[in-house]
Amino acid sequence: MKQRLLFLILLMASSSLLKAQDYFPESKGVKSNNHNYTAFTNAKIYITPTTIIESGTLLIKDGKVVTAAAQVTLPKNTVIINAENKTIYPSFIDVYSDFGVTTPKRTGGRGRSAQYDATRDGFYWNDHIMPETDAVDVFEYDSKKAKELLEAGFGTVNTHLQDGIARGTGVLVTLNENGTNADRILNDRSAQYFSFTKSVIKTQSYPSSLMGTTALLRQFYHDADWYAKGNIDITDRSLEALNNNKALVQIFDASSKSNVLRADKIGDAFGIQYTILGGGDEYEMVSAIKATNAKLILPLNFPDAYDVSDPFSETFISLSDMRHWNQAPANPKILADNGIIFSFTLNSLKQTKEFKEKLTEAIERGLSKTRALEALTTVPAQILGQSNRIGALQKGMEANFIITSGDYFDKETILYENWVQGKKNLIKTANTNDIRGEYTITANSKVFNLSIKGSADNPKATIKQDSTTLDSKFKFENNWLNMSFSDHSSETYRFSSLITSNTDVFTGKVVTISGEDSFKAKKIAPFENKEQKDKTEKPTEIVPVTYPNIGYGNLELPKQETILFKNATVWTSEDQGILTHTDVLVKDGKIAKIGKDLSAGRAKVIDATGKHLTAGIIDEHSHIAALSINESGHNSSAEVTMEDVVDPDDISIYYALGGGVTSLQLLHGSANPIGGRSAILKLKWGETAENMIYDNSPKFIKFALGENVKQSNWGSTNRFPQTRMGVEQVFINYFQRAKEYGEKKKSGTPYRYDEEMETLLEILNGERFISCHSYVQSEINMLMKVAEKFDFKINTFTHILEGYKVADKMAEHGVGAATFSDWWAYKFEVNDAIPYNAAIMQQQGITVAINSDDQEMIRRLNQEAGKTVKYGGMTELEAWKMVTINPAKLLHLDERVGSIKKGKDADLVLWNDNPMSIYAKAEKTLIEGVVYFDSEKDKLQRESIKKERSKLINLMLQEKSKGKKTQKPTGKRKEEMTCESL
Amino acid sequence: MKTYKNILVLVVLFSVAFSWAQQTPASVQKEAITIEGATAHLGNGTIIENSLIMFEEGALTFVGDAKMKIARKGKKINGTGKHIYPGFIAPTKALGLIEINAVRASKDEDEIGEFIPHVRSLIAYNAESKVVESMRPNGVLLAQITPQGGDISGTSSIVQLDAWNWEDAAVKVDDGIHLHWPSSYKFNRRGEDRGYKPNDTYQKTIAKITSFLQDSKAYGETVSKEENSPFKAMQGLYSGSQKLYIYADGEKEIIDAITLAENEGIKSIVLVGGYEAYKITDFLKQHNIPVLVQATHNRPKFEDEDYDLPYKLPKLLTDAGLLVGIQNAESENFQTRNLPFYAGQVAGQGLDKERALSLITRNTAKILGIDNMYGTLEVGKSATLFISEGDALDMRTNQLINAFIDGREISLETHQTELWKRYMNKYENE
Repeated sequence: MKQRLLFLILLMASSSLLKAQDYFPESKGVKSNNHNYTAFTNAKIYITPTTIIESGTLLIKDGKVVTAAAQVTLPKNTVIINAENKTIYPSFIDVYSDFGVTTPKRTGGRGRSAQYDATRDGFYWNDHIMPETDAVDVFEYDSKKAKELLEAGFGTVNTHLQDGIARGTGVLVTLNENGTNADRILNDRSAQYFSFTKSVIKTQSYPSSLMGTTALLRQFYHDADWYAKGNIDITDRSLEALNNNKALVQIFDASSKSNVLRADKIGDAFGIQYTILGGGDEYEMVSAIKATNAKLILPLNFPDAYDVSDPFSETFISLSDMRHWNQAPANPKILADNGIIFSFTLNSLKQTKEFKEKLTEAIERGLSKTRALEALTTVPAQILGQSNRIGALQKGMEANFIITSGDYFDKETILYENWVQGKKNLIKTANTNDIRGEYTITANSKVFNLSIKGSADNPKATIKQDSTTLDSKFKFENNWLNMSFSDHSSETYRFSSLITSNTDVFTGKVVTISGEDSFKAKKIAPFENKEQKDKTEKPTEIVPVTYPNIGYGNLELPKQETILFKNATVWTSEDQGILTHTDVLVKDGKIAKIGKDLSAGRAKVIDATGKHLTAGIIDEHSHIAALSINESGHNSSAEVTMEDVVDPDDISIYYALGGGVTSLQLLHGSANPIGGRSAILKLKWGETAENMIYDNSPKFIKFALGENVKQSNWGSTNRFPQTRMGVEQVFINYFQRAKEYGEKKKSGTPYRYDEEMETLLEILNGERFISCHSYVQSEINMLMKVAEKFDFKINTFTHILEGYKVADKMAEHGVGAATFSDWWAYKFEVNDAIPYNAAIMQQQGITVAINSDDQEMIRRLNQEAGKTVKYGGMTELEAWKMVTINPAKLLHLDERVGSIKKGKDADLVLWNDNPMSIYAKAEKTLIEGVVYFDSEKDKLQRESIKKERSKLINLMLQEKSKGKKTQKPTGKRKEEMTCESL
Repeated sequence: MKTYKNILVLVVLFSVAFSWAQQTPASVQKEAITIEGATAHLGNGTIIENSLIMFEEGALTFVGDAKMKIARKGKKINGTGKHIYPGFIAPTKALGLIEINAVRASKDEDEIGEFIPHVRSLIAYNAESKVVESMRPNGVLLAQITPQGGDISGTSSIVQLDAWNWEDAAVKVDDGIHLHWPSSYKFNRRGEDRGYKPNDTYQKTIAKITSFLQDSKAYGETVSKEENSPFKAMQGLYSGSQKLYIYADGEKEIIDAITLAENEGIKSIVLVGGYEAYKITDFLKQHNIPVLVQATHNRPKFEDEDYDLPYKLPKLLTDAGLLVGIQNAESENFQTRNLPFYAGQVAGQGLDKERALSLITRNTAKILGIDNMYGTLEVGKSATLFISEGDALDMRTNQLINAFIDGREISLETHQTELWKRYMNKYENE
């Protein structure tokens, strides 16, 4: 509070041109304030990145800019600094910093048992929500770090405590080495911060997943609203803080392209436009990023090239990683070209001194210098709502600027001084003289030839005796020349001379073995600025981005086609069964006609003679294309949705298409009795997550029973339930509460919006369907009875390995089944699992599907369907329905997909053989008339991947031979997700 | 197209007697058996369309054409329209060492210690495992029971899958030692970015393996007063009576491993895994190294590889002229009954079907060193074979009618078929 008050006083004081400290007593001497002007004359001045004075004067006083213009009348009490040939820029601002606020470190030694409840009183129920944190309370000026930042050209940083999901407020400070926090703190509540990362010092389990984090944030906003309306009796300092800081800039640490979209989606739901910290990979999906309308904060942590000098090491570097090395420096340019507004941050750079090198890389890839300057000055000022104080050199603004030897972005340019609030920080002394040229030196009665070249500020010298070059040391700094060498007769010479003006002769002291003497150097020829051959290397070739940006991505998204399959064996998955020698016409994404000898019209004709055409395979139970699977922090997580964590870049999608799969249900895992909501996807490879999710998708949720929800095979055993008895009670309790919630909602009285209860209420109302992970008969029966008690039906039992034991009861309840073809023996509860399960259930009248729950098996669901012929003697027609129309029925999608029927979506697979033959291969896989997998195109892509890899490997080898930094080869590897992935 | 009517199945089903315990092992072959008219897949690449197969006292006495004018002995089985295959062989598996993966008490596959060749799988093999019996209805009749984990995980033995106890099951005792070669890169730990990085301890681990091999060899040169069990257990490798199974996947690892093993005087080496073996087939040929390649039901390890690389890997190695068998060491035990379909999948990639069959019969028998008795249908060899309704490499037609191990007609019932019948019966009678 004190600081806030102080800030107000500062604010008022600054307008009266009085120093705030004026009202402080002085006990170390007499009061002696300096109110002189300082003028920098003859300089090139960037008032803003776009308002530039080629030669003018910057006038400052009392730490503020008085004016900057071509012609300035200088008051008499002005100290004049000649800045001829120098350039002045507003100093840089980092919006996303941890300066002076120590980021906590993870402490080791966690207990085996998870902590499910919060540890604090009077705050929100989740320890990772800490909006009540104010960075200013813990801020301590860090002079060492400040020096690094000043050397890099920064004058102002906006810092916060980088820990937790809701992180509280930040503080905007100048790097005023000479002042106090009273001078430095420009805003002690500069922004409110959020992230997707849990606190490293808190151990509460929830949220254990990304979708849990997004759900938690949503509920937190709902609760803040409920609190603001006075509906909560107790004091919750977290909710209070969130509400109090609502008017500030809201900054979200997303750190990846897909998280940028995720953060923005949360914001959209609550009318908040976050400024978002990106991950540097936004170029891969620039149009979706642009559509967020968010201002971004971009890291400059472009990866170093991989060291591929050992050819064995390149195997596990993926093309996508190589591409990222090649393309990431173009991220700023691509975003700028698309009109996305961003600032830069030093955050995630390993060392501050890499800053300029990385920035230069971005400019080499085509980012305009103006945009780069804006990203360091005006944009961060704008993001922080401080455009009238920092980021430019207009009247009344903080006198925060840097003085350089020229164009900041040139490699050779030297940063001399960094002024903060009118106080100078010397970075590198400027030599006032240009001493370059050819000289003869006479010393010790010997004559040497001295040649001084290089830049005026950093000259280099060579010394020759006769015509041989001598080993020498040379330095010219602060106008002092120091030089030493040994001549042919191994006599040593040490020279020293102060050169104060440009002259053709300089003299000084020389020390040799024979003692001290004076020497004279005479210029015999002026320095010839040999127009250095344009050494700028050929710009590195940037390889094109694909969708998704991995080896098997598409250069262009495939388009919908009109296609006629001629003379195929058509497996309809309908009552017609198999139609031989039949044509199928695909138009506008739908199955337009099925018949004999259809006319092609303008359709592309595919000769399907001897081939089999089927509906696309549908997997009722999958965990591919997801960034997380389980929210295991609570025994119910109905508030989370898999739609929040769809990963459209997962190569598994491509593999699944290669196995003829076109749709799947991305299910939450089985870590808790009430899991999360599903995402039902069409595998439109290359599209965004949003576009893969079914339009008007049926609503599903995952439930689970048995060993997983009891945590039987986990280390932790302190979460309810630990028995099947407890599992029933979880369901009864939640459904009862949802029922009561619904009644309250219906009654019209105000109620606290609860996403979890809303979801459960949908189940009770028959609007959302349960797909329940299940193994043994007792629990299967139990859940049906619970549902009946609450007057709804279970839609699907998934896995359902003992379904065959209660198939009659299941049929009576009206539940469907999605099961493994032949899995068993992997845990105790599947000891009675039998491969005849599907056949038995089907014979009892249950709608049965074969599912994968496995990223390998999803590629061969056609074969898994074939196993039902072996185990239980199913006919091939019925067997094929197990992976097409039956899962479509289970997912309430049978009006749209799952069979070959006029008017349905053209989600089709062309096979080279009977689709359930072990010898069959999918040749083409279509979704809505778009070919997403084509075995011929796949072959071409194999070749182009090889070529592109070798091109990038060559480029990386060149980097290494140029002496640039490289990194050890590493490769990314996606986790193989299953029901149990935590 | 073959379809099965449910009724037909039910008739077959209820005509078999019910029993709820493990299957009783069959007694020795008492009378000669003649199978006539079936398509015989000999396992060596040959197919006899209308075949005549006879066996007596556990050994094949005739394998040839049904046109052959020769006396048909003993019990006659009409094989018309059916297919005969040699029993499939599953190498490098912990069958009978694990009953339920998640139940620690039922697991005996991985002993403590890094170099433990003296640890033997055979004596822990559970001949009455429900998982083991589930192999047989799919045609898997032999297996190499193999310890898992560690650097040298122990010594395997080869068994047939219809026995009262491990002693009766044994076909070849202590046939090989299993060395898991380190990887030159490793997976990041939990909490780090998910991915690979160079394994800094790769060379160090190789050094450990090297000195273990050198020490055990030197130990064998003299008669030591004090016995060293691990060193002693290695001696068969130097005399050539045992094989060294080296598990390695990377190009570099394979070269390192084989070079070292040969330098240290190991006579018989088998490469297991061999994910990148297709890149160095010349090297493998030159060193005469057979490969037990990973099963086809796998995804590519790296994003830029062909999506069907695991499917065609056995074909790539076969085409290069190597001796290749299929193993699924990395899968759970129950999956091993899918062995025929792994081979079928390779045929789907263009390998001749009979050569695909060799990947789980003749080739594996040769690699394991049991080809004098198993792996092909040849006169004099063990009558370990089965009759299937159709193509046994395709799951729709892999329907076993009879199966024989050493001429003994074994039960094709399992815990699973019994549950099936029990519940079908329940619904039929309600």
